[in-house]
Amino acid sequence: MRHLTTALAATYAGLLYLFIFLPVIVLVLFSFQDGTLPVPPLNGLTLRWYEAIFADGKLMAALGNSLIVAILSSAVACILGFLAAYAFARYTLPASGLLRGLIVAPMTVSTLIIGLGLLSVLNLTGMRLSLLTVGIGHVVINLPLCFAIIYASMGGHQVNIERAARDLGAKDWQVTLLVTAPMLAPSILAAFFLSVTFSWDEFIVAFLLSRFDVTLPVEIWSMLRSGLDPRTNAIGSVVFLVSVAFLIIMELAVFRKTGKSS
Amino acid sequence: MTATALERAERRKAWAFALPALLWTGFFFLVPFAYMAAISLWTRQGREIVATWTLDNYIAFFEKAHLFKGLVVSLEITAIVTVISIVLAYPLAWIIAERVPKTWQRFALIMAILPFWTSYVVRSYSWLLVLSKGGVVNQALLWLGVIAEPLELSANRTGTVIGFVHFFVMLLTLTIYANLIQLSPNYRRAAADLGANAFQTFWHVVLPLTLPGVMVGAFLTFVLCIGDYITPQILGGNNELVLPQVIMLQLGRRADFPMAAAMSLVLMAIVTLAYIACARWLKMERT
Repeated sequence: MRHLTTALAATYAGLLYLFIFLPVIVLVLFSFQDGTLPVPPLNGLTLRWYEAIFADGKLMAALGNSLIVAILSSAVACILGFLAAYAFARYTLPASGLLRGLIVAPMTVSTLIIGLGLLSVLNLTGMRLSLLTVGIGHVVINLPLCFAIIYASMGGHQVNIERAARDLGAKDWQVTLLVTAPMLAPSILAAFFLSVTFSWDEFIVAFLLSRFDVTLPVEIWSMLRSGLDPRTNAIGSVVFLVSVAFLIIMELAVFRKTGKSS
Repeated sequence: MTATALERAERRKAWAFALPALLWTGFFFLVPFAYMAAISLWTRQGREIVATWTLDNYIAFFEKAHLFKGLVVSLEITAIVTVISIVLAYPLAWIIAERVPKTWQRFALIMAILPFWTSYVVRSYSWLLVLSKGGVVNQALLWLGVIAEPLELSANRTGTVIGFVHFFVMLLTLTIYANLIQLSPNYRRAAADLGANAFQTFWHVVLPLTLPGVMVGAFLTFVLCIGDYITPQILGGNNELVLPQVIMLQLGRRADFPMAAAMSLVLMAIVTLAYIACARWLKMERT
């Protein structure tokens, strides 16, 4: 009986893991397809689709744009989030509950609405759509997250260390920058990496707020118009590889460390 | 009571720290949101937006069948996806929490999340490779002789549902697992002492206690599923549009901003209603 349920459990878990992995396996496998259709039968293995995408100037430009937007918008979101978290954790502001609510509010609104709203205001002001406008949108999306993560990790136990630093003659900016920020480094890094991944993958806002320079998801989106194409498999596999590398770095650098210290 | 100079200086410092984030959210979120709410009450003449206050857009949405149908389809698909995902995810979460050795559980969870680290657009495209007429599933079934004709698995509701279920099974597995792992073994011991068999213990003790995890996951599924544009656009075909697709259509060829804004706000109102309905469970989770 015990053996039977274990076998059943293993079968069930195996089937669900197969379901979860199936698309990514097919994606990567047929990126090596020696033929123009990335579906069975597999004619043979080739690297030419990878050569094709790395030679594709538009695609590589989009990849670069995505990295720039992801890193810069996440940096801005982290800085703004950290400063605000410091303000709410260390000082008493009037109506602080309401103001904190305002900062996390975008988290509760769909990206479609954030994108549409920004687009209509940008139309009004006549500001041109560019990577800058995409970046602004991504900061709006990621700021609540960064603020929430950093604010949650600002406990009372750091206050005494900050007080000690002040007693030893540190100025306010020195305390914030040289004492508080390093103490919170794990959660600031976690917030940064998380928002980099969100921004890297974000489609709707990037789609609505860009025109000529686009990010990678938007460029891949326009590749989809040509239907099934091994080039799309190849760039998809590259994105997967980059993201997994990122996950491993995050797992090793950030979460291991915080896991041990707590 | 007047504030001392010191207090005033402290308060100025506090505002200096908080203002950048507040201004950013104010300028780039609050103002656009308010402007969009206003636009939804205005009308469109040609490509121009005219500021005349009216409820016409909202009335049109509920009256015009081709617009309102988007909402109906969205709600149906979301309901189907949520139910299937819970039914599939609960056993998996239970197996990981109960049958997988402690040291391997984290690995099992990371493996469950791993395939979702591709770009969202790429993930939906990958499902197209699996589900299309010449795709892996159809080819395999034809080869095995299970079917004589390829099945219609994409470019319809089936495709959208499979694409969604893929993601939400993972999400629900995480929220339910988190709940299962927190359960004290004492509950189960007490149930066994009182003579309950394995099934009774699960049905009367474990399941009710993990309901918060199920509800949190279900709420997230509802919110993310009903607001999504990518999966239905890639896997759903053109015969049956969900609300976000209808909204994007208003923007594209018709450039009807007021209508798109009104429909987005209806969508947001529905999400808010779902939140109110689930608030009881979402709060429980926080404590």
